[in-house]
Amino acid sequence: MLCAECAPVITSLFLKLLGQMASGTVQTSNPSSRPTVLVQMANALYALGNFTVFCFKSISSLTTKGVQRGTLLPAAYQIGVQSIPVVALTGLFIGMVLAVQSYFQFHQLGMENRMGAMINITLVRELGPVLAATMLAGRIGSAIAAELGTMRVSEQIDAIDSMGISPIRYLVVPRVTACLFLVPALTIVADLVGVAGGFLYSSLALNIDAAQYFYNSKEYVTGFDLATGIIKSVFFGISIGLISCYHGFHCRVGARGVGRAATGAFVSAFVIILLLDLLLGIALDTIYFQFNPGGNSLL
Amino acid sequence: MIKPEETMDATRLDEPIVQVDNLVVSFGKQHVLNGLSFSIARGQTLAIIGESGCGKTVLLKSLVGLIQPTAGGVQLAGADIATISSQALAELRTRTGFVFQQAALFDSMTVRENIAFPLSFNELGDENIEERSHQLLTELGLDPSISNRYPGELSGGMRKRVGMARALMMRPELLLYDEPTTGLDPIVSDVINELILRTRINHFVTSIIVTHDMKTVRKTADRVMMLLPFSQLSEGENQIIFDGPPSELDRTDDMRVQQFVRGDAGDRIAASTSNNSFIDGEWK
Repeated sequence: MLCAECAPVITSLFLKLLGQMASGTVQTSNPSSRPTVLVQMANALYALGNFTVFCFKSISSLTTKGVQRGTLLPAAYQIGVQSIPVVALTGLFIGMVLAVQSYFQFHQLGMENRMGAMINITLVRELGPVLAATMLAGRIGSAIAAELGTMRVSEQIDAIDSMGISPIRYLVVPRVTACLFLVPALTIVADLVGVAGGFLYSSLALNIDAAQYFYNSKEYVTGFDLATGIIKSVFFGISIGLISCYHGFHCRVGARGVGRAATGAFVSAFVIILLLDLLLGIALDTIYFQFNPGGNSLL
Repeated sequence: MIKPEETMDATRLDEPIVQVDNLVVSFGKQHVLNGLSFSIARGQTLAIIGESGCGKTVLLKSLVGLIQPTAGGVQLAGADIATISSQALAELRTRTGFVFQQAALFDSMTVRENIAFPLSFNELGDENIEERSHQLLTELGLDPSISNRYPGELSGGMRKRVGMARALMMRPELLLYDEPTTGLDPIVSDVINELILRTRINHFVTSIIVTHDMKTVRKTADRVMMLLPFSQLSEGENQIIFDGPPSELDRTDDMRVQQFVRGDAGDRIAASTSNNSFIDGEWK
């Protein structure tokens, strides 16, 4: 218990010390020079250490104290309900674009009836979760960072702290919890609308037989494909929540600081989503092929 | 009206409520506070003055742990805030009130929700929040009908008073004011000064006021402390260059204190403009 409490503090102190040592060395030798690679690396490490401590505090607060009464529903409404239209629209266009882009190649091979399988696998495993998360990082990630950043700049976060209320528990925990549960839910919405969009475009515009389309989808899209997308979206959700809250909490002063926090939240979340997508893709595929060495082939 | 015995721990009346020992605060290479040591007795009203950038607000925030000291320590009500647990610090903070410079009201909440916030989220359910917020608004000269308004719909003076009401909601022993009259017209400034005085009497709180306003100092404080910016300190000099009653401000020999009290620019303007003087309403 003591170790759990000390670990983030020690990590932070160590990384802070490392950052200060590096910046001190360079600045002493030439104060007017631009930061060197060493300083930049030290700063990046320091920021990473800070972020780790922030994540630890947030998750620790969530698991030990739970969500503060009255804070989850407003966050869930802002993050979940208000994002449904934009996520549904994203899903719809992904489904239709996949149909447009794949038709010619499948038609050349005489396999257009199997397009449904390709569209739906791509949608539920990859594009649905990734594009829905990207859209949400832009919509809610930036909004959270800007909101918390404004609160930081206008001393509202200090005000919460000064009243003996944990700003992490009051501001971060409900937002991260809402992201954790609602990004997967919104991904399911994107998947469903995307499946519908792909089907409608294929059957109405490309004249593909609806029964064949569904039969092939049912044959090739497995529960594992669905699970892959949902598992990814859980990680994307918690990443969006933590990254955007971190950027808001560490916002610098002024309008420029808030703008940077919002942009930084989106860019960081986007990069992390792509990185996680790759790592989770490799990990989940490795697990899948352990149990199903042959895999499923369209051919 | 709240009786003094409701907020004060009678057994510790003789202890200072705040004890600062060799407090150092730096942000990277920027040094702000340089080994400050002082204490504040219960019931006292201390005004901290000094020019912009001398670290007044940093000091105020350090007293309740909103800014971590680089070295040295702060004891609040006998507890070292650097070593106590986060729960104990949170509990300690419920016994202090902080009135921020721009009031720091929550934009998305109404006045009523802002005032009720400390009680509702500290889950002290036995208090009649509605009645108490109504009482505090009235006490601070605000019409309770503004309860449903949002902070954006209030004037600067009203926002400050709502901020005071929120700070008083938890019945604090210590009230910290960060530039309470900044940005207000002289009449509203005097209203705030009057309210600071009344709050002290009605709630028997210890007050620390960070301000540039000498009228606030003379009207409300019984002790004044002036800080010098770190950059202006000479070798081995104490950053607190004045500590005494307001009446002594005019009698001190320190020219820097006199200059601040008079609001005299002195030789602060760069040499490039030294050939020009503003005489009889014109630059000559």
